[in-house]
Amino acid sequence: MNLTLLIVVPFLTAIAILFCKGLKQVRSVSFAGAVAQLVLVGFLLTAYWQQHASGSTQFLFESIVTWFKPLNINYHVGVDGISVAMIILTALVVLAGTLVSWTTEQLSKEFFFLLMLLSTGAYGFFISLDLFTMFFFLEVAVVPKFLLIGIWGSGKKEYSAMKLALMLMAGSALVFVGLAGIYFHTHTFDVVQIAGMQIPLSVQKMFFPFAFIGFGIFTALFPFHTWVPDGHSSAPTAASMFLAGISMKLGGYGCLRVATYLMPDAAHAYSWIIILLATIAIIYGAFATMMQTDLKYINAYSSVSHCGFVLLGIGMLTRTSINGAVLQMVSHGLMTALFFAAIGMIYSRTHTRQVAQLGGLLKVTPFISTVFIIAGFCSLGLPGFSGFVAEMTVFMGSWQNPDGWYRFATILACASIVVTAVYILRATGRSIMGPLNASHAKLTDATWNEKLAAGILIAGIVIMGLAPFLLTKLITPSTDIIMNKVLTIMTIQK
Amino acid sequence: MWTDFLILMKQEMAVVAMVFILLFMKLGKDRSNESYMNVINVLLLLNLILGFVCNREGILFNEMFRTNKLIVLEKNILNLAMLIISLQSWSWLKTHKHVPEFYILLLSSLLGMFFMISSGNLLMFYLGLEMSTIPVAAAVNFDLAKRRSSEGAMKLIFSSAFSSACLLFGISMLYGTTGTLVFTELPQHISNNPLQLFAFILIIAGFAFKISVAPFHLWTADVYEGAPVSVTSFLSVISKGAVLFVFVSVLYTVFSPLAKVWYNMIFILSLLTIAIGNLFAIRQENFKRFLAFSSIAQVGFILVGVSGGTDISTTSVIYFVLIYVFSNLAAFGVVSVVTSATGKENISDYKGLYKTNPALSWVLAIAMFSLAGVPPTAGFFGKFFLLIAGAGKGNYILISIAALNIIISLYYYLRVVKAIFMDANSTPLPSVRIPLMSKLAFAVCIAGVISIGVASPVYDYIYSLIVLN
Repeated sequence: MNLTLLIVVPFLTAIAILFCKGLKQVRSVSFAGAVAQLVLVGFLLTAYWQQHASGSTQFLFESIVTWFKPLNINYHVGVDGISVAMIILTALVVLAGTLVSWTTEQLSKEFFFLLMLLSTGAYGFFISLDLFTMFFFLEVAVVPKFLLIGIWGSGKKEYSAMKLALMLMAGSALVFVGLAGIYFHTHTFDVVQIAGMQIPLSVQKMFFPFAFIGFGIFTALFPFHTWVPDGHSSAPTAASMFLAGISMKLGGYGCLRVATYLMPDAAHAYSWIIILLATIAIIYGAFATMMQTDLKYINAYSSVSHCGFVLLGIGMLTRTSINGAVLQMVSHGLMTALFFAAIGMIYSRTHTRQVAQLGGLLKVTPFISTVFIIAGFCSLGLPGFSGFVAEMTVFMGSWQNPDGWYRFATILACASIVVTAVYILRATGRSIMGPLNASHAKLTDATWNEKLAAGILIAGIVIMGLAPFLLTKLITPSTDIIMNKVLTIMTIQK
Repeated sequence: MWTDFLILMKQEMAVVAMVFILLFMKLGKDRSNESYMNVINVLLLLNLILGFVCNREGILFNEMFRTNKLIVLEKNILNLAMLIISLQSWSWLKTHKHVPEFYILLLSSLLGMFFMISSGNLLMFYLGLEMSTIPVAAAVNFDLAKRRSSEGAMKLIFSSAFSSACLLFGISMLYGTTGTLVFTELPQHISNNPLQLFAFILIIAGFAFKISVAPFHLWTADVYEGAPVSVTSFLSVISKGAVLFVFVSVLYTVFSPLAKVWYNMIFILSLLTIAIGNLFAIRQENFKRFLAFSSIAQVGFILVGVSGGTDISTTSVIYFVLIYVFSNLAAFGVVSVVTSATGKENISDYKGLYKTNPALSWVLAIAMFSLAGVPPTAGFFGKFFLLIAGAGKGNYILISIAALNIIISLYYYLRVVKAIFMDANSTPLPSVRIPLMSKLAFAVCIAGVISIGVASPVYDYIYSLIVLN
């Protein structure tokens, strides 16, 4: 299977959209493109499954094309289980995002063009095995976000767009310094080659923080999370879904693939800082959510808290915890996309996102309300949904780390679940249950496209919640390779 | 001998021929502006094509003039930029009274740059530099009725006279201590002695004036603002590009014995230039002043690459200049079209431009993204390679600060994008008709910005030419 198709298909869709006329053509082309992506990803999954069963190489479907020879830069792509999981997540969110934007009247051509460009960046990032290519795609995704929020957003959109673009650019700049440091000690950008080399500890200690914090900014590492609430709440629905569902995962994936995998000594040495920051993010995110009155802000702050689990899993450096981090990335991607979709549906009907002004929506819009409730339950980790599986794995993995302080952090993180339950149940109770706001009595329920979008995401959440082994089977061999590298180093140091 | 002469100096010959053709046309009967411009555009295109055939190495006039494939390529980049500027000047020159004079001035300046790039001797270099500066100063004053134009021209004349004096002083001291002016002989005689260091500093200051490196940048903004847009783009792209090409080769060959000295100088100058360019660009309201400061910052990034001192650095610098030609000229092209149609030059006038002029808005936005270094535009590749080249010496302080400055520069470039796409404006600029020639120029620029980066053969080609030498 040729992985480059994963970049070509969304890119061609984006180009095709430019030649369309009117909303109807634009959205059908984007829908076709999104479905084509999903089909392609389906093929990728089956092909990966078959090939992986027969062989045990780390990366499959690799292809290398020399790009800039004098600098030893190659276009190198390949996937392992983690990237396949991320790619599936991307395809699902792209399709759902296209469906919820079905009636974007204002500048629809540009809107869908940018969405597709954003997804091109995400796919490219997940399949890259060359740090330059990876960095290229990481930045491809920044500008579309700026435009999406700034043009189609709501509230203080210009401010949020600028804040997001600058903070993500700062992340990229830090990542760049990290990559440059790696490059000048290995003279290559190739992930596979670098993984086989031993970077000196002093170099790792110097450049790991750059790479980790740089990617961390993308995934709301405390204290660099401030772009998340503003960016998410100002963005149009589909952009929020892409941002939280896909874009924040670029950071988590980068922390794992680039920082931890390539510089394991430093990851081990600095793990206490990562855990400290992750725990603060989890607790602080949860309490900050309690104070929010705007549904989008609630979900945005809870994203900070949930993404803290990803970083906690990575920082704990046990087999199970890394697995949990990847699971949490997929789970959070689906769940938060669903949440934003539901909020978008409510907002487009009631024109308010303030919890106090809503109420009793279950009576008039049962479908949307149910979607909202499911997203909420998944968020607070109810068994049967993906959130439970992912968070449970992170906790189990974290507890396996025998250090006393780390266990203390784990207990604190566990406790945050209670806070999560409080804010989710309160928001759900006040906006979905309770007396109906009189002005909302004549709302219509979800249309077919919204139902389909929600259905796709709910299916993902439920499948992952009920049959987590499907996903763990996919990712465990790949996370094991990363962990083997880390564990050898840890035993040497002991 | 004669064929040698013709082949080695073909580009210079071609430019001289163009100047004479213009003079003869001017002396003959009255012609319309369009006919002048059509002739000159075709000739410029021919000149550009000519640059790709029959290239070889050679030395003429006792090492005064040297050429090789790399030098021809550098001249070609300037030719291309000249062609684009000529196409973009269409709407401005259409009604102007002095079209042939405008072209004669700019082409003479271009000729001077060609001699400067090809020089193998400091005297020849000085001659070329002067020949390239004086006509431009006249061209800056080309809008005779505008007082700002005269002010800009005056400032340019004074500052370039000053920088020439510095340069000449440095050259004379260098001659006094070494007894030679030939590039190939100088390195053997240069060492760390104080007089030579002083001469070196004066020469660097002379260069720094021309490429507006802080703290020698003060003339830039006023001249850019006063000059007609076409001349501003000529100054910012062609003048700077030409001097940068020579700067790199002089630094790496003639002054190679002083590598340690110039490394520290370039390190400090580059950070200073980036910081000053960035911080001043944030506050600018006039679009041309804004582009002036942004170009100062860009030169700072180029200096980061220069500090590396390897083949990769040279390649990255030339590659970046090529990209800079496309992206900066795209931006100036939009300013040129808008200014000649409405007379407005402020960034705030561009608010809501997307509603009335979607095509111009996208061109400007893509140019801004490329200048900011955002992929998939070529600017990303250019900046990435410059910083990688600069990190070659392991100076991570330099590249960390440079990388952080990219964020600041992103802010002010996005400010323009924000004005175009997001800011509400009840009276946006009226819909502007883009002349065919400008459309062509935009097409070339945008094609360049989008393809040069992703297409690696360009970079490989430049590298192969450099390794060849």
